[in-house]
Amino acid sequence: MNLDLARWQFAVTTLYHFLFVPLTIGLSALVAGMQTVWVRRGDERYLRMTKFWGKLFLINFAMGVVTGIVQEFQFGMNWSEYSRFVGDIFGAPLAIEGLLAFFLESTFLGLWIFGWDKLPQKVHLACIWLVSIGTMLSAYFILAANSWMQHPVGYVVNEATGRAELTDFGAVLTNSTAVGAFLHTIAACFVTGGVFVLAISAWHLAKERHVDVMRPSIRIGLVVTLIAALGTVVTGDLQARLMTEQQPMKMAAAEALYETSAPASFSLFTIGTLDGSQELFSIRVPGVLSFMATGTFDGEVEGINDLQAAAERAHGPGDYRPMIPVTYWTFRLMIGFGLLAGLVAAAGLWFTRRRARGPVPRWFYRAALLTLVTPFAANSVGWIFTEMGRQPWLVFEVLRTADGVSPEVGTASVLTSLIVFTLLYGVLAVIDGLLMVRYAAEVPPPAPAAEGEDETAGVPSALATTYY
Amino acid sequence: MALTDIWFLLIAVLWTGYFVLEGFDFGVGMLLPVVGRTDNDRRVAINTIGPVWDGNEVWLIVAGGATFAAFPEWYASLFSGFYLALLLILLALILRGVAFEFRGKIDSERWRRNWDRAIVFGSLVPALLWGVAFANIVRGVPLDAQHAYTGTLLTLLNPYALLGGLATVALFGLHGAVFLALKTEGPVRERAVDVARRGGLLALVVGGAFLVWTELAHGAGWTVGAVAVAAAALAGGLWLVNRRDGWAFALTAVAIVAVTVTLFGSLYPDVLPSTIDPAYSLTTTNAASTPYTLTIMTWVAAVFTPIVLAYQGWTFWVFRRRIRPSDIPASSGVPATAR
Repeated sequence: MNLDLARWQFAVTTLYHFLFVPLTIGLSALVAGMQTVWVRRGDERYLRMTKFWGKLFLINFAMGVVTGIVQEFQFGMNWSEYSRFVGDIFGAPLAIEGLLAFFLESTFLGLWIFGWDKLPQKVHLACIWLVSIGTMLSAYFILAANSWMQHPVGYVVNEATGRAELTDFGAVLTNSTAVGAFLHTIAACFVTGGVFVLAISAWHLAKERHVDVMRPSIRIGLVVTLIAALGTVVTGDLQARLMTEQQPMKMAAAEALYETSAPASFSLFTIGTLDGSQELFSIRVPGVLSFMATGTFDGEVEGINDLQAAAERAHGPGDYRPMIPVTYWTFRLMIGFGLLAGLVAAAGLWFTRRRARGPVPRWFYRAALLTLVTPFAANSVGWIFTEMGRQPWLVFEVLRTADGVSPEVGTASVLTSLIVFTLLYGVLAVIDGLLMVRYAAEVPPPAPAAEGEDETAGVPSALATTYY
Repeated sequence: MALTDIWFLLIAVLWTGYFVLEGFDFGVGMLLPVVGRTDNDRRVAINTIGPVWDGNEVWLIVAGGATFAAFPEWYASLFSGFYLALLLILLALILRGVAFEFRGKIDSERWRRNWDRAIVFGSLVPALLWGVAFANIVRGVPLDAQHAYTGTLLTLLNPYALLGGLATVALFGLHGAVFLALKTEGPVRERAVDVARRGGLLALVVGGAFLVWTELAHGAGWTVGAVAVAAAALAGGLWLVNRRDGWAFALTAVAIVAVTVTLFGSLYPDVLPSTIDPAYSLTTTNAASTPYTLTIMTWVAAVFTPIVLAYQGWTFWVFRRRIRPSDIPASSGVPATAR
């Protein structure tokens, strides 16, 4: 009971947190880029873009920060046995993340918000870049920590204390799983930022509002989304091969592949059960799973049944299969949502090209607005796949999830906190959504012609200082 | 000096930084209705901490992360043991954080009033509960042989801990009032001075009582010096209110440092004493990570802490000017519904 509640709580609080994080990472770099264009070229449209996207970025950032506090504490609260077991290894990247990344992003974000007319222009610009660097550093360290759970390296288990001990911190930081996860996650963050910009720009352009600002915005969004979507494909391919090698069960579960096959086909979708007994209908592409897993179209991919038997031989009797329908569908949905975003971006680049013959078709703008959900959906199901696919392990082949939960915390406490977080996060989602919609509609008007140069480096007075 | 002692010290430093910095944030937040009669007043008060509160809160995150890295057993026992209290703190910090950012975003009296309530709740509750928590850490909690907490939420609400909670509320309230006196001009400053003078005596009495109890029941002997420094700094700070604002603030900061030193000094060499059997207590040695991990973390801390201190200090320099009522522009929020 406690185990299920604790898992639900981790899923709710972490998935919710991760709605905001990728947008923070992607959008901070985009806003920094826009401000850079303004500083270098003095094009006032880019200042208005910086202000407009910057405000949406800040609303989102606040949600990311406050939901992130929970993350730092809930390992100890709900997963005390896990914390005792892995603290020697897992705590270090977490602490370093705080010291290197969180201080950097929060301090320089404060300087960026309040420093428009207090800092020299270039120093102020450097602040938003430091925020962006901070968000990416943070991603690296937390992904290194998570990757250690997927593919533990640089440790020994001390038989006397029954705890994992760090032996090679360099190995933890250069874990191939971490490098793969970081590249894939950052690409996904840029898809998220890019789609956010292109979708809201399309909404304005459909109504022919603020075209001078939204036209360059949508181009930025489209280019970033397309490049980043290609990036997720390339890095995802790298990850699939690592996964086949390091967590073969997860790869087999992603495909619901029960029998070891060579070559292995990839099913686009399946109607019927996924328990291996019978399959009513599925569309399969021959050889693709082999290619994803091994890099050749006829490579052998191990099936769930063989892997289960091997796991029982290594770790004793038990069920070592994750929930196959969950892994099967989340894996497909992640790829599908990601590809959809990339396709919309490619279409948009074609429609908005400089030498386009006619106006951009209306339906494209509507489709672009709908695309807004795709990166958030892809990010969420991607993490559900990654974490559910590792089950029943908390640290792969080292610690079971059931052995990591806090034994001293009562069911009532876990249930209380699950309810409190769910309700609070629900209310905040409504408020955040309301603010996002309101501020997505508020595009700064062009500044009136300046009368005489101002000391504050050409900042139009209406945009000068931000106050709470 | 053993690595485990260095890390005990570093964790004490992180909590000290957190209490000194977020202490005045909490003070400003809880005094919002007292120093701010009009919306302009309240915005003056909030904007004194606007650029810095988030960076200040990171001290807590890093203290949590560093405890996990250096003393995993402490982290595990403490956070699972103080579960519901910590949940309440998290709830408060979440509401408070979004309140700062969202309050001015919609131009509506009701909207702002509700977020003001969130700021007061979100500042008062953690200010109280951190005091309760640290008093319990010093006093000890029922830990069994596996270092698991066996008490309930009520176990934590003993008289000594409640006095600790009141002491931190009074101290942070005073610290915030003195900070407002230093950072504002006009009616907010006048009321802040008033609050500091009257509330300061309360802080001296409640804080003094808590420290004396701590020293008598749990003190390490030398900690009596820290208690004396805390009392002297508080008294000095109070005397300097409205005379030398900068020095008054420096002295309330010293008082908070001295209180934290007293608490950690009394705790050492335990990190979480057991009231069931001293043999079950968590100490700097039995709760610690391996020397290898501690060595790496020491290097990381030695290199990056000075850098963090430098740029955080620079932030305070950039925003050194007092905020006047006339600095606050008309509401920057948008109407609740589109025009």
